[in-house]
Amino acid sequence: MLQTPHLKHLNNRLHNMWRLLLFIFFLAGLIVTLVTAVSFGAKDITFHHVWTAIFNYDSSLTEQQIIYELRLPRVIGAAIVGAAFAVAGALMQGVTRNPLADAGVLGINAGAMFVVTLCFAFVPSISYSLLMVFSFIGAALSTLLIFIMGASVPGGLTPMRLTVSGAVIAALLHSLSAGIAIYFDLSQDLAFWYAGGVAGIKWDQLKVLVPVIVLTIIWAVSMGRSISLIAIGEETAMNLGIKVNLIKLLSIIAAVILAGVSVSAVGSIGFIGLVIPHIARKLVGSDYSFIIPMSALLGAILLMLADLGARTVNPPRELAIGIIVAAVGVPFFLYTARKVGRDL
Amino acid sequence: MKANLRSSKTLTVALALVLINVIVILISLNTGSLRIAPLEVVRTLLGFGDNKSSLVLFDYRLPRIIITMLAGIGLGISGAILQGVSRNPLADPGIIGLHAGASFGLIMFVTYFHSLNDKAALLIPLFTFIGGCLTAFIIILLTYDRYKGILPIRLILVGIAIAACFNAITLFLSLRLDEDTYTFASRWLVGNVWGRDWIHVIALLPWIVILTPIGILQSRKLDALSFGDSTAVGLGVSVLRTRLSMLAIAVALSSASVAMVGGIGFIGLVAPHLARRLVGPRHQHFLPVAGLLGMVILVLSDTVGRSIFQPNAIPAGIVVAAIGGPYFLYLLTKTK
Repeated sequence: MLQTPHLKHLNNRLHNMWRLLLFIFFLAGLIVTLVTAVSFGAKDITFHHVWTAIFNYDSSLTEQQIIYELRLPRVIGAAIVGAAFAVAGALMQGVTRNPLADAGVLGINAGAMFVVTLCFAFVPSISYSLLMVFSFIGAALSTLLIFIMGASVPGGLTPMRLTVSGAVIAALLHSLSAGIAIYFDLSQDLAFWYAGGVAGIKWDQLKVLVPVIVLTIIWAVSMGRSISLIAIGEETAMNLGIKVNLIKLLSIIAAVILAGVSVSAVGSIGFIGLVIPHIARKLVGSDYSFIIPMSALLGAILLMLADLGARTVNPPRELAIGIIVAAVGVPFFLYTARKVGRDL
Repeated sequence: MKANLRSSKTLTVALALVLINVIVILISLNTGSLRIAPLEVVRTLLGFGDNKSSLVLFDYRLPRIIITMLAGIGLGISGAILQGVSRNPLADPGIIGLHAGASFGLIMFVTYFHSLNDKAALLIPLFTFIGGCLTAFIIILLTYDRYKGILPIRLILVGIAIAACFNAITLFLSLRLDEDTYTFASRWLVGNVWGRDWIHVIALLPWIVILTPIGILQSRKLDALSFGDSTAVGLGVSVLRTRLSMLAIAVALSSASVAMVGGIGFIGLVAPHLARRLVGPRHQHFLPVAGLLGMVILVLSDTVGRSIFQPNAIPAGIVVAAIGGPYFLYLLTKTK
């Protein structure tokens, strides 16, 4: 059936409306999840207390203290870190044109963890903002390693090769981190952190974390159009006047910042960056100016829910959040790998 | 004529490896907190040593060394078989997720039995084997294509994901252990030769001694597989059945080894590669050499980990990873 220009226009407008509706829907979802996540936990607290704790904090009430000092930073932390991992994944998938790319799968998180372990071993009294910088450096180094490898393989890294090399780099760095942890007797301190925990996030950390992540995500969204064109095909993008290599580099830097900073706060949480961008793409189409913000929203919601699950499945004991995320992520990875495998 | 040349070369390489292994063991015995000089070792082995040396040697050092050797052989051969079966030079029981499954089995064992030293120790390889089989089963289930059989490439991708899944479960279970058990488990998971009693040797020995010859006897079929599925069928090999039975042997060898020395990766990758360089691609030559290389690598790594990083010993698995990881990445950039 032929579409007249008029119909096409109408179609576009409908599509934009649909996207807008989706964004409003998930924004509302984010807020509802946030409130729910703050209210439920080992101790259920009424909505009234939540409200007053946020807008009219009274430190003499235990309920409000729990909300303000424990739950609120934790939930906000989960949201912001979830958004960061998801956007990092979306960026990696866009510029590498690899549906299996994810900061955890590719070993970027492992690089950050390795350097953080070094910090714990040699400068245990390191300040949080410095730790964050080091974590970023670690993430950057392992990313560099992967891309150097990609450059040295004739024909570049296929999705399969990229994934395998990422897994090996992750295994290698993980082993080295474990070795350092054992040698310096850090094992127990690091265990929960390895498993990925948002439980330890404090307001001080959030003060650094939130601005860095939010600004990087905004920066990433601003590159969205160029990334979408690269994702379609590098030659097309080049013909349209896009500096492909520059955009690729900048996107990867943004992804490394997001992953590195997040790992410094919560440890390695894999698979969010893998799953979320795929869902976002299904919802809003192939334009990264929409995929990135949608990934951020969905990632925030998913990690808040995962954290809520981790806290409430078996209270007062807590499940490691990474486990819940892996439980969702692994089947999804398998599904995607099956699809990719078909083309190989 | 040429075949004879190959065989004699294999024999030379094998003898050289055994010799290297003996030297490494002698060095290893001469390090650590209770040292025994090489001459003293020989005397003690012949039954002329004093009481102290024979106690240290027979009760402490020897079981551990034998376990390390056996596990090295198991991991090396397991990797070689896996590479043959999946026709992928990057396959390794660690990467493919078998170790993760075996770890899961061990954590289950620790959770329910609490003890690692009594007669119960004999059951440990069984538990890791069940864990390994479970993973292998899931991986095969997800890799199996109705028309094409087991796809080698998909095998690895699925393996990585399954490994991540089992690691998460293992991590979860290990966080619930008490502190001492946890310390043990965390060291074990990265590959620590912990078995040190004769009971552990007895637990491991039958697995290696029985399965290794079976694997080597089947090497002709592996050769056929390496030519491609259709050629193998043409040569009269039942592809699917061979693949499954060889996979089962590989799983059993690696799981049993992992039971005693922990999740040591990369040996199954590096040993077959070096072996192939030394004696060529025919499995009947290179399977045994891969096993011997695995043995040398593991004994060496264990010695290095224990002696260089005094007083806190570094698990052998970390030493292996530190060498094997870069080697793997190097291979990845070289293979097509």
